[in-house]
Amino acid sequence: MTELQKTPARAAAPAGGGEPYLSVRDLRIHFDTDDGLVRSVDGVSFDLAKGRTLGIVGESGSGKSVTSLGIMGLHRSKRARITGEIRLDGEDLVAAGPDRVRELRGREMAMIFQDPLTAMHPYYTVGQQIVEAYRVHHPQATKKQARARAVEMLDRVGIPQPDRRVDDYPHQFSGGMRQRAMIAMALVNDPSLLIADEPTTALDVTVQAQILDLIRDLQEEFGSAVIIITHDLGVVAELADDILVMYGGKCVERGPAETLFDSPEHPYTWGLLGSMPRLDRELQERLVPVKGTPPSLINVPSGCAFHPRCPYAALTGGRSTEETPGLTEVAPGHHAACHLALSERHRIFTEEIAPRL
Amino acid sequence: MFAYIIRRILAAAVLLLVVSAVTFAIFFLLPRLAGETVDQLATQYIGKNPSPDAIAAVKKNLGLDQPLYTQYWNFLKGLVSGAEYKFGPEPATCHVPCFGYSFKNHLEVWPELSKRIPVTLSLAIGAATLWLVSGVATGVVSALRPRSIFDRISMGIALAGVSLPVFFTGALLLTVFSYEWPILDNLQYVNFTDDPLMWARNLILPWISLAFLYSALYARLTRAGMLETMSEDYIRTARAKGLAERKVVTRHGLRAALTPIVTIFGMDLGLLLGGALITEQVFSLQGVGQFAVQAISDNDLPKILGTTLLAAFFIVLCNLVVDLLYAAVDPRVRLS
Repeated sequence: MTELQKTPARAAAPAGGGEPYLSVRDLRIHFDTDDGLVRSVDGVSFDLAKGRTLGIVGESGSGKSVTSLGIMGLHRSKRARITGEIRLDGEDLVAAGPDRVRELRGREMAMIFQDPLTAMHPYYTVGQQIVEAYRVHHPQATKKQARARAVEMLDRVGIPQPDRRVDDYPHQFSGGMRQRAMIAMALVNDPSLLIADEPTTALDVTVQAQILDLIRDLQEEFGSAVIIITHDLGVVAELADDILVMYGGKCVERGPAETLFDSPEHPYTWGLLGSMPRLDRELQERLVPVKGTPPSLINVPSGCAFHPRCPYAALTGGRSTEETPGLTEVAPGHHAACHLALSERHRIFTEEIAPRL
Repeated sequence: MFAYIIRRILAAAVLLLVVSAVTFAIFFLLPRLAGETVDQLATQYIGKNPSPDAIAAVKKNLGLDQPLYTQYWNFLKGLVSGAEYKFGPEPATCHVPCFGYSFKNHLEVWPELSKRIPVTLSLAIGAATLWLVSGVATGVVSALRPRSIFDRISMGIALAGVSLPVFFTGALLLTVFSYEWPILDNLQYVNFTDDPLMWARNLILPWISLAFLYSALYARLTRAGMLETMSEDYIRTARAKGLAERKVVTRHGLRAALTPIVTIFGMDLGLLLGGALITEQVFSLQGVGQFAVQAISDNDLPKILGTTLLAAFFIVLCNLVVDLLYAAVDPRVRLS
């Protein structure tokens, strides 16, 4: 256990150099439910510097959304038990009171949600909602100033005729426009951390790329740190500098995006890559799904949570069912949690996995 | 928005017309289909064993011998422009809106009926204010702390409120506050314009007993609605902005949860304005409900017709107001 807790702390050096803006250490978010303790997030650590983008990838129920809600302090449930450290610019948010976190929310850290239609209030105009977000943290601003700011932000995210569209209701916007408005609302206070939770999942494919471009452009402009949460490896390939793969509430692999795509170490990551359609490779007969279903977060499988679905579990000599693998550094900045011997892993990857990708 | 209002008002007017035609048909066509003759109808105006001449005179003067559609047309005309009846020795004017003449006391229906409206209006508005405020407040607090002690107790009381009829709670309140400890005895309806304090004092018990029933319902409705809206994505967005929880609840949660409440409130209020029968009976209030009961037991068709139309009018009016409120509250209604 001590081994397990030490490893992530040591391993998580800031990837972009300099002090990390956001530093998460051994974050655990557990929920007490009638059915038992749900370990939604179970010991996740990472660092993120300003100007860098971290992609968190995983299936539904892998804990990626709960991680982001935990950072924002939005895991609103009295049954939630949160431990570990979330340092935002040096300040520990886990230890901070809810009022302090609320002050930071929307000002220092902002979030974009999956479905912009349900995420915006249907009874208020887009402008009113952006103005509200601005004035919470700028109480001295007049309504006129706030409105001017809203128009400016709508213009910034590429909404045509922003001075007119500002008075429209969300249902009068198209899906892509709504997500742009959502982004405008999130960025209205110049936050240093932007969390995008599946920002393109609910959108038309043709619009997805535009939104991702927009997020990248705005990040360059504002220099903020971005966390992008997705189950779509294509999205992280587009945006992320670093990638964190989550499975069963734990981080199973973490590293620079290029390394992770070129030489993934964890069998689960192989599975994810194998199930992703690629146009830049030869056509496969079929995409290979990861067999089985995501684990229950109440009865997480013993040992390595992935072992019931792992085709190579037998090669670990029983360790995968008994011992929880810790993250180990396999290359500079690249960590994986797998019991397979390094040489074995590399052999399997080059012989069996790589040709199929 | 303007076109929407006009459309709604026109629809309400058409609806009223249909209701009046159906009601008229029920009262004047159905008895005939059931075998009642025009003579028997006319007899009810004069009393027992009338002479054939008298019957003929009544039939002619009240137009009962004319075809039904003419009678209906005259009825409608009377509503908007009044009518003249040669009833008895002197010609009598039936003023606008003319609902016709009562069989029993040979009086115009409307003045009798309209005297009752302030009583029912006072009862309904007072009770409605009470139950809306208490019901919604209870529902919101319960929804914010589901399964807390407050939630369990208030929902228990709400269940009792829904189950207990007014003739029980009303009688109980009367026994306790008017007879055992006569704090509120001698309850007589006093006009608001005459003495607002006495008006409120004498109506407080009926208000409470009526509001108890409804606030229970509204508390449960609000609780369910709030539980649903508070788990909406836009509530999470509101929190993500850093809004204070109080604002999240009122500006974002309650605003959306109130829409269905407004609809039901309009219906309930409209229904009550047509007469709160049991409450009026228990507290001896001479309201529209009592008037209707009297008319039915007297078999006084024009009175029954008048009350029915008045009740229908209130329901249509309240629904119209609800529709307009809806458009003001929910921008999506306006444009569709």
